[in-house]
Amino acid sequence: MTPFPFTAIVGQDEMKTAMILTAIDPKIGGVLVFGDRGTGKSTAVRALAALLPPIEAVKGCPVNSARPEDCPEWAEVTATEIETRPTPVVDLPLGVTEDRVTGALDIERALTRGEKAFQAGLLARANRGYLYIDEVNLLEDHIVDLLLDVAQSGENVVEREGMSIRHPARFVLVGSGNPEEGELRPQLLDRFGLSVEVTSPKEIETRIEVIRRRDAYENDYPAFMAEWQPQDAELRTHILTARAALPHVRSSNVALHDCASVCLALGSDGLRGELTLLRTARALAAYEGASEITRAHIRSAAPMALRHRLRRDPLDEAGSAARVARQLAEVLP
Amino acid sequence: MSPFDDTSGLPGRPPPQTDPWEMVELAITLLAINPAGLRGLWLRARTGPVRDRALAGLKTLAPRKLHPSITDEALMGGLDLSATLASGEMQHHTGLLERSGTLQLTMAERCAPGLGVRLGQALDRDSTLALIALDEAAEEGEGLPQALADRLGLFLDLEGFAWGDSADIVLSPALITAARARLKGIVSDTALARLAGVAAELGITSLRAPLLANACARANAAWRGAETIEEADLEIAVALCFAHKAQHFPESPSDREETPPEPPQDQPEEGRDRDESELDMPEDMLIEAARSALPPGLIAQLQAARLARAQSGPSGAGAKRKSMRRGRALPSRAGKPGTGARVDVIATLRQAAPWQKMRRAMHCGAAPDRLLLMPSDIRLKRYQDQTDRVLIFVVDASGSAAVARLAEAKGAVELMLAEAYSTRDHVALIAFRGAQAELCLPPSRSLVQTKRRLAGLPGGGATPLASALQLALATAEQARGHGMTPTLAFLTDGRGNIALDGSANRAQAAEEATQLARAISSRDMRALVIDTSLRPKPQLADLSAQMRATLIALPRADARSLSATLSSALGG
Repeated sequence: MTPFPFTAIVGQDEMKTAMILTAIDPKIGGVLVFGDRGTGKSTAVRALAALLPPIEAVKGCPVNSARPEDCPEWAEVTATEIETRPTPVVDLPLGVTEDRVTGALDIERALTRGEKAFQAGLLARANRGYLYIDEVNLLEDHIVDLLLDVAQSGENVVEREGMSIRHPARFVLVGSGNPEEGELRPQLLDRFGLSVEVTSPKEIETRIEVIRRRDAYENDYPAFMAEWQPQDAELRTHILTARAALPHVRSSNVALHDCASVCLALGSDGLRGELTLLRTARALAAYEGASEITRAHIRSAAPMALRHRLRRDPLDEAGSAARVARQLAEVLP
Repeated sequence: MSPFDDTSGLPGRPPPQTDPWEMVELAITLLAINPAGLRGLWLRARTGPVRDRALAGLKTLAPRKLHPSITDEALMGGLDLSATLASGEMQHHTGLLERSGTLQLTMAERCAPGLGVRLGQALDRDSTLALIALDEAAEEGEGLPQALADRLGLFLDLEGFAWGDSADIVLSPALITAARARLKGIVSDTALARLAGVAAELGITSLRAPLLANACARANAAWRGAETIEEADLEIAVALCFAHKAQHFPESPSDREETPPEPPQDQPEEGRDRDESELDMPEDMLIEAARSALPPGLIAQLQAARLARAQSGPSGAGAKRKSMRRGRALPSRAGKPGTGARVDVIATLRQAAPWQKMRRAMHCGAAPDRLLLMPSDIRLKRYQDQTDRVLIFVVDASGSAAVARLAEAKGAVELMLAEAYSTRDHVALIAFRGAQAELCLPPSRSLVQTKRRLAGLPGGGATPLASALQLALATAEQARGHGMTPTLAFLTDGRGNIALDGSANRAQAAEEATQLARAISSRDMRALVIDTSLRPKPQLADLSAQMRATLIALPRADARSLSATLSSALGG
């Protein structure tokens, strides 16, 4: 069954926009969706997977290499033809072992044939695609350490059991979770380009529409898909157009200045905030068909790009969203 | 309930006063009719003959059992090591989640959040899967992981059922098949909207709840032999699917008649919903159905469990323990695969290597390039892990600990929280004043929750020190049961004047406090006592000696120095 269509998700505009923007520019670096249960967090991620344009990769390559010469040696890929495959969206389940994430000695081959071979892990499969972690705040610390390291270097290195293996692992990190169950480490937070907070819709009509569509999806699947798939296709075209337009979007000195002053006012750590804000604003401009980044783009991109980068103040009662809004109103009138 | 009892379908009637056991029977029937829609049952019951009767009824669904410590391999399938070794060919075994049908999770209250999420994801992925979670929660603060609680449609609580109240449940396969056939044709036009409205009024945020309730109403309509969903179906659905998820109940209609409704600033949504939907009376009936479905106090208990569930993976500076799956590597050991441990391949091969020649001689038929492994060769990896640390703050909020000291204690706890956040500790908060101590926050890692609880902590009243010690001990024991390492931090002046039974008997209170302090020390718990009184008295020193706790007297501390002392005493 095809996942629930992205365009059929009711409301949750910020979450949808954030996901579309990372699809337009994967360099933005992923989305963290935090919020209530049953608000369609994982539905949206799975819907996004169906929406992403396919990639081209060497046939049979376990790390989705674009060119035959990029295939890692250990994979023993002999084919040279290129095939199109869907953008990989790999689930990283909780309680996953380190072996499965990084890859390890192929135990089956070792035991039955006595051969030393490498079995690629989830990181290999996620290369050039998305890595999705549901309930990311429950992820065990040693897996988080490992992810941080790989996300930083873009390369997965396995040195164990007498093997020395490396392969590229560049992926967009998508996480979802419920803040009531625990907080996320600041280092991991920082790896997410954008962060959005979702809440259960408050208006009764919206709630009814959500469950009505879900019910239709489950009980009247063909008709429902016939209605929504064209809209998903349209959005996919829109994303591709925006992607093509991205390099042509101009960023004026004023826009750069705006980005810097917002980040400075908020006291976000490092320069990643500015960069992400600029990239997000540019993707937004491309999505809206604008030729230049305007202040309006920066203003709407700022909350999702900066919310999770503020230095944490345990005694500040106001949420980080409120702090971003406050500073935005002051700095970018 | 007879399947064609159509008199209960009249709208506007109060919820039918059915025999409670009939509800149990009905829930099991509905699950059998529509497992794909209802997704499962959360059965809260201790083991015993009554539960056995319910389980006997559930046998129709032919559930496959799984337990909280099940390995990923058993769940997801994988290499069948013994068969592979025996045959020399790759042998896979299928996992429990790879086959459709009904699963039965025993001891669901011990289910780790990680497993809960994986089961939840499997339910999302495979619509033919249903799960029966047997929750044997004995104490407050235990329950199902939220990821599961949110996804399972039905809830039953068998607490309080005597053997005589129950009866054997016999489901007729023919009737169930017939009802299942009718399921597709059930019209549920307005039911979804109605259920969404009721869910909103009950404060149920998750949008899965109305969908599950709708499936329940449809199943009930099919069971009655009807073609449309009626009021009675909705009542059943609300009672079985919403009652346990309710966050709050709006004031009951009888209350509302006597007292004029509150001005709507408090709950603007609800007020508006009611005006717009004009379904005032029926909605109230449905809420009544939810209210009457649950014994009083259960909601609070379930919410406590939800909060206590706000605890997660490992780390921090807890005690070391041997672990089979994570942590620092230790030398590997001989053992059987499949107990959750990972096979140390290199060590296994090394173990097998010297014997190859001999074994080949024994099995003359063996291919020369095949490795001959015996089960005794298998080596398992071992790791050293650290358990989670939980800091249990026991804060004296009585009148004798002057108001200024309470503010300081709060400040210190807040600073400790910020630190706990960075060291990934769990925090629990117990406050005591008046008649007895109260667990304000079960062990949690949520900064937001703790801060909120702390800010709302009132001061004044007597000092029920013994009760505080008792509760602290119980909380610490429970945390230890969950594999955490508890540390107790008392902030008090030690002037207990309320005994455990609530009487103002200073001598008895002191005696009880000493006994409990000894109990704490005998259970080898790390404790810390901070004397917050202006003029320290020897009785607190005695008490902390009984507890074998570190005593720190801080006659004039501000929050920051208190916190610094705390963290150095706790060793970071």
